[in-house]
Amino acid sequence: MITAGRIVRLAERDRARLHFFLDGEERSALAGDTLLTAMLGSGHVLRRSEFGSEPRAGFCLMGACQDCWVWQDEGPRMRACSAFVTEGMKLRTTPPKSWP
Amino acid sequence: MSGISRPPVVVVGAGPAGIRAAATLVEAGLHPVVIDEGQRAGGQIYRRPPAGFTRTAKQLYGSEAAKADTLHALFDRLVKDGRLTHYAASSVIAVHERRLHVLGEGGVRVISHDGLILATGASDRVAPVPGWQSAGVYSLGAAQIALKAQGVALGRRIVLIGSGPLLTLVGAQLVKAGADVAAVLDTSPWHQQMRGLGGIAARPLVALRGLALRARLGGRYHAGVTLDRIEADEQGVTAMRWRDAGGNERLSPCDMVGMGWHLRAETHLADLVGCAFTYDEQWRQWLPKTDEMGRAGNGIYLAGDGVRLLGADGAEIAGRLAAAACLADLGHPAPSTAADLRKLAGLARFARGLACAFPWPASMAQALPDDAIVCRCENVSAGDVRRSVDFGGGEANRVKSLSRAGMGRCQGRYCLLAAVELVAAQAGCTPDAVGRFRAQAPARPAPISAFLRDG
Repeated sequence: MITAGRIVRLAERDRARLHFFLDGEERSALAGDTLLTAMLGSGHVLRRSEFGSEPRAGFCLMGACQDCWVWQDEGPRMRACSAFVTEGMKLRTTPPKSWP
Repeated sequence: MSGISRPPVVVVGAGPAGIRAAATLVEAGLHPVVIDEGQRAGGQIYRRPPAGFTRTAKQLYGSEAAKADTLHALFDRLVKDGRLTHYAASSVIAVHERRLHVLGEGGVRVISHDGLILATGASDRVAPVPGWQSAGVYSLGAAQIALKAQGVALGRRIVLIGSGPLLTLVGAQLVKAGADVAAVLDTSPWHQQMRGLGGIAARPLVALRGLALRARLGGRYHAGVTLDRIEADEQGVTAMRWRDAGGNERLSPCDMVGMGWHLRAETHLADLVGCAFTYDEQWRQWLPKTDEMGRAGNGIYLAGDGVRLLGADGAEIAGRLAAAACLADLGHPAPSTAADLRKLAGLARFARGLACAFPWPASMAQALPDDAIVCRCENVSAGDVRRSVDFGGGEANRVKSLSRAGMGRCQGRYCLLAAVELVAAQAGCTPDAVGRFRAQAPARPAPISAFLRDG
């Protein structure tokens, strides 16, 4: 399902479209999107705080604050602001069960 | 080549300072190693979008386009000609006895150095506002990076808060790009901004450009505001509550807040290599100690906003100077530095003017309500910090272990300065007496698997 998300695309809209999965749901993004751009293109948050009840959507976008951690089905944790989305990627807003 | 080859001079950071430092080393015949967290060199201010994006340098960097183009082309040519080794998307996570531990996509590699130039830059200096842990609150730098490197606005209706040149610049850039900017709220009152004018006049062109950008904001811009709280629901930010200079309560509905009060020097690695620090009253933060060339001793050199907050032009000069100092200390002929040192003095005058005109909101941090979050990583509140002072005293590292402010995954980068103000107010001392959180390795979170090797 594609819903209107947090971000507004103001420029560079003529890029190739690709698809990824977020918590099992198929979503679309553009080639060259960071995970953060891709996820917030159709949603409002990236994950929930482990220390409070509120959701989080990143903060510094330069790899310093670690607020934008997301996970892949295969396990590895990534910084959504610095990693790029690829075709068929399976992303999650919560750690997989196997994650320590 | 004969004999034992020496390890390379290593430059950390490929922004304006790092690129100029590396180029100066190459001109002297050295082959430096440049380690940078970005996918492409340029740093944050001259950050480049991913390959395939089509906006021009003029569209991306405005009046600074020529400088950005020059630096990008210079670095790309040095890489292409094999004059330096570039580790992109790589973080230095630890330094021990002239060996750097570098985390990249393939895991951790160890690189020895024969001289280390740290050009680690700066990030936004942020201050807690009640509700700032909500989704949709970003740093001003984040708003600019999103626009520059991704072509997006981080919200449909935006309020920017803080003070300093970036507040005006980001506001004007977002307006120009077509974003809906509801308000730009400056905590510095007009009379305070006038007091910095003498220093700011040291760069009349830059000052005029700033005024032109301010004009583009029109009635969105308000000086001398008081920030009350950021309202939020399940999806994140819904409004900014504030008071104007006349004390009238205002509510600006929005789904994104960008915040920043000028810059905070990124000093984690300088701390890990053992640099001495001094508390800088002007910038109200701890900065590493160096001589005028950027020499910190023991083969360590610092350049750019990570040591003195002089902006991009100052960073280019400081990068050249640090490399010249390194070359001289290694016994190589070093380029002349007199003109660069003169220029740096002018930039320092300008920076003093900025610091005076757009001050850090110390009293706002000191007066935070007890239930406001100070540490976003672990949701440590102002009350938690104050109670730790009552229990353990007004020392930064004791507060850190008792309250866990600064123990989270950003390692205090975004809470230290506000926490220090809170602690000083609670303990009845000055911020410099509180001290600063000691940096620990790893400088970035690193998975255990990065340290494992096959077989």
